[in-house]
Amino acid sequence: MGKGTFASGNTNRLSRRQIAWLVANEIPDGSYVNLGIGIPTLCADHMPEEKEILLHSENGVLGFGPRPEEGEEDADLVNAGKQPITMLKGGSYFVHSDAFGMIRGGHIDIAMLGAFEVSGSGDLANWTTNNPTFPPGVGGAMDLAAGAKEVWVLTEHQTKDGSAKIVNKCSYPLTSARCVKRIYTDLAIMSIGDDELIVEGMVEGMSVEELQQRTEPKLRLSDSYVVLSAPDL
Amino acid sequence: MAINKVMTNFEDAVAGVKDGSTILVSGFGGAGMPTELLNALRDQGATDLTIVSNNAGVGREGIGGLLSEGKIRKVICSYPRSGGSVIFEEMWAAGKVELEVVPQGTLSERIRAAGAGIGAFYTPTAVGTQLAEGKEVREINGRLQVLEYPLKGDVAFVLAKTADRWGNLTYNKSARNFGPVMAPAADLTIVQVHEIVELGALDPETIVTPSIFVDRVVKMAGPGLGESV
Repeated sequence: MGKGTFASGNTNRLSRRQIAWLVANEIPDGSYVNLGIGIPTLCADHMPEEKEILLHSENGVLGFGPRPEEGEEDADLVNAGKQPITMLKGGSYFVHSDAFGMIRGGHIDIAMLGAFEVSGSGDLANWTTNNPTFPPGVGGAMDLAAGAKEVWVLTEHQTKDGSAKIVNKCSYPLTSARCVKRIYTDLAIMSIGDDELIVEGMVEGMSVEELQQRTEPKLRLSDSYVVLSAPDL
Repeated sequence: MAINKVMTNFEDAVAGVKDGSTILVSGFGGAGMPTELLNALRDQGATDLTIVSNNAGVGREGIGGLLSEGKIRKVICSYPRSGGSVIFEEMWAAGKVELEVVPQGTLSERIRAAGAGIGAFYTPTAVGTQLAEGKEVREINGRLQVLEYPLKGDVAFVLAKTADRWGNLTYNKSARNFGPVMAPAADLTIVQVHEIVELGALDPETIVTPSIFVDRVVKMAGPGLGESV
């Protein structure tokens, strides 16, 4: 399958915040969830009030909430992307090595991560592009991919120039092999199947044929697939 | 003998740090970043340094200042890229500073191992990736794991909230991050704090870093530079 190079003009797309909203509303009640840099950290602003979900950040925070009101920011209270956050009742602070004990020790139910590339078998590449002028940066991604019970990837479906990010085989160095369970993009929700990606949702107006042209691995439409919709965000 | 680890100023606090030192630096971005100790070290003049920290500095203060004056030979960190990490990126691309990227959990555990006297450990993190190349891999409990060694500092620079004259420490919110794991992992641990209180004022139940891990304490004059660019 060739890499899709469609113009984005007429396609319905979810904004980054709409992806975060959809994901936030799919997290099971009572989960412990780590939010990585990028679209994942936006989820904290859109958690459903009726559920109790504990958000974890690698820098020693459990039980954090949305970004603060303007003027209420605290430089000592930040998320993985060093952006200001707030604490919820019952939240806690701890040393970095404990934060990663929670991750590596299997205590995190879901890790939300960004991606440069994801393969059809769930391989993840998100730490280096081997660019000699742009230093690599792994952060906590390899620990999260190895330690969390599930990894969900939140990413744009294609690169800015229209190349596939969901690929048959990652061209960039791997963060971890076969670690991804679900993929949320601006066009669709997919889960990793045995030898295909199962499309569980698509934006309005998208056909599985058109989605396939933007996606390298073979797609199969789930019998229970939904049309994705989110509030204007 | 009355133990008193409180130094009168930052110049005294960094006295004796030698050329070629490996320095553990607390902080996650600007939160918990001991910028004033790093600036004092720049003025002190030690060079050929290896900096171990989560990030590689932003702006021209702190790690950025030591970098731009050519005092840093190598940075060991998990994530050198940040908004404003221009000096590091330019110097790395030009081959003027070495970089060792370590997964963040492996970084904090290697530092923990150094402070706790652990000889080495196995972790599933990074198995099968570039960051495990050349390292021993063993199957333990049905899972491949990578052998990692402790990462010890000659010196640790830490930012904490409150200290007493013995060096007991508390921290503020997520500025705690690497402080409590770095303080035990160096031969000389130097801590800058927002306030110094009387011995006995800190509740033993809430002391995060016990005094045994701290050698010097110095009080900051203001709120701290953090990573102000």
